[in-house]
Amino acid sequence: MSDLRELYQEVILGHSKSPRNFGKLEGATHTGVGFNPLCGDKIHLQIRVRDGVIEALRFEGSGCAISTASASLMTEALQGKTVAEAEALFKKFHEMVTTPMGQPIDDAALNKLTVFSGVREFPVRVKCATLAWHTLHNAVSETSETAKTE
Amino acid sequence: MTQPFDLARLRQDFPMLAQTMRGKPLIYLDNAASTQKPQVVIERLTKFYRSEYANIHRGVYELSQNATQAYESVREKVKNFLHASSEREIVFVRGTTEAINLVAQSYGRSKLKVGDEILITAMEHHSNIVPWQLLCEQIGAVLRVAPMNQNGELLLDEFEKKLSPKTKFVSIVHVSNALGSINPVKKLIALAHARGIPVLVDGAQAVSHLPVDVQDLDCDFYAFSAHKLFGPSGVGVLYGRTELLNPMPPYQGGGDMILSVTFEKTLFHEIPHKFEAGTPDIAGVIAFGAALDYLATLDGPALQKHEAELLEYATKQLDAIPQLRWIGTAKEKTSVLSFVLDGVHPHDIGTVLDTEGIAIRAGHHCAQPVMDFFGINATTRASLAFYNTREEIDRLTAGLHKVVEIFG
Ligand SMILES: Cc1ncc(COP(=O)(O)O)c(C=O)c1O
Repeated sequence: MSDLRELYQEVILGHSKSPRNFGKLEGATHTGVGFNPLCGDKIHLQIRVRDGVIEALRFEGSGCAISTASASLMTEALQGKTVAEAEALFKKFHEMVTTPMGQPIDDAALNKLTVFSGVREFPVRVKCATLAWHTLHNAVSETSETAKTE
Repeated sequence: MTQPFDLARLRQDFPMLAQTMRGKPLIYLDNAASTQKPQVVIERLTKFYRSEYANIHRGVYELSQNATQAYESVREKVKNFLHASSEREIVFVRGTTEAINLVAQSYGRSKLKVGDEILITAMEHHSNIVPWQLLCEQIGAVLRVAPMNQNGELLLDEFEKKLSPKTKFVSIVHVSNALGSINPVKKLIALAHARGIPVLVDGAQAVSHLPVDVQDLDCDFYAFSAHKLFGPSGVGVLYGRTELLNPMPPYQGGGDMILSVTFEKTLFHEIPHKFEAGTPDIAGVIAFGAALDYLATLDGPALQKHEAELLEYATKQLDAIPQLRWIGTAKEKTSVLSFVLDGVHPHDIGTVLDTEGIAIRAGHHCAQPVMDFFGINATTRASLAFYNTREEIDRLTAGLHKVVEIFG
């Protein structure tokens, strides 16, 4: 049960039930589509970047609690950040969810995103937690490819 | 000799059933994906490797002859299991998937031509869709799909309507892996045969739940996988009627499938060897024979009755969860419980149950068209075998109540 509470923390459940920044974005400069072939989950991400700064980002799609909450918390965390900062945060986030249990995680700068550290106990769910981030990465790298978790 | 039905004793035959997962006793409810193996199968596999191993069909030495005999004797066991008329009609392959690809590429490519139609159903596993799509692309044939209703039952009159003068092959699933629906294959085969159309039956999900008699069904091909029938992975069976198999060109070329080879001309072996190129999974086939022997000691009708009761019990228990919606409610179905819970993603359900030691499947079950039909991405599926118990169903039910409590 403790693993489960670690994974499905209140913050995650809250964001999965009422995701923030959900819906369409006006004047998007970048868009990305993410797909998890394992479960068929799909996410559409729209971003408005001005002078290298993420002014706004919104997402649509359906997914599991982990992927929805991750997308929601990501959109909150990245508002006002530069694209370079966003990419750096993705790297940190990815490191956190793939650090083996029992090893210390570097949570500096991750703030609220540390709620996803429980995913480490469930390796198959890492893909759910990182789908939105992979989609973001593709959107800002201007590739037209769909982000895939496989 | 058959044993009287004693569930606790029977479970002891399967070492995996005594394992734990995440610190809890394992509750294995993913039998449609693959079944656990009885000790006799595991022992046969290791005994063969430890003290009997040699390649088959080659050596003049005793070990090789014995291995060949052990391997070939399984053909007869499979023949008896399927009630086929001859061992020559039993081809060993890697699994259902390879069996269907073999028929598509060998029979399909040599017999079908531009504009011909192949009929499948709306509830096929990807492995009975994609091989036909590949064939269609290669030769310009057309794939047709017979529809089902909201319960996941094939529409018989629609099926019949889709049998056109252009239909040259029918390939249908016996039991749907995503829904559990049992198709009236005997009737479907009769409809096709009345028009001279050969029929392949994908029996992957049927063999572990229903007695199968290929002569009674009158099918032309029947495919299944040993790993879903308490045997090892890596082994499958294609049954094919002699008249159809004989003229079919080889599927793969290589050793074992030839009589003589020169650079100018190769003479192929007779059936079934013509279709078994290269060294097969010798140990796997032999251990599969042990699985069939094991099954023959069990009281089939008692196992079927137990599974039917378990399905009824589980259906009733889970039905009490208000958020639950069944996917697959065919009147005739095997012990597959496929469902969605309002507002909860199947992967989250899978993870919660995982922490309870319960192995179920969350996903599209390699049947994306079925998911599309029901307007969903995925379902949660618990699929039973004869070794499952009421207590396990109770633990599943409790686990699902916990899911609702967390996400409700
Ligand atoms: C109905 C059906 N057909 C075919 C297959 C493919 O079997 P295999 O993967 O053993 O080749 C499966 C396996 O899930 C199945 O359920």
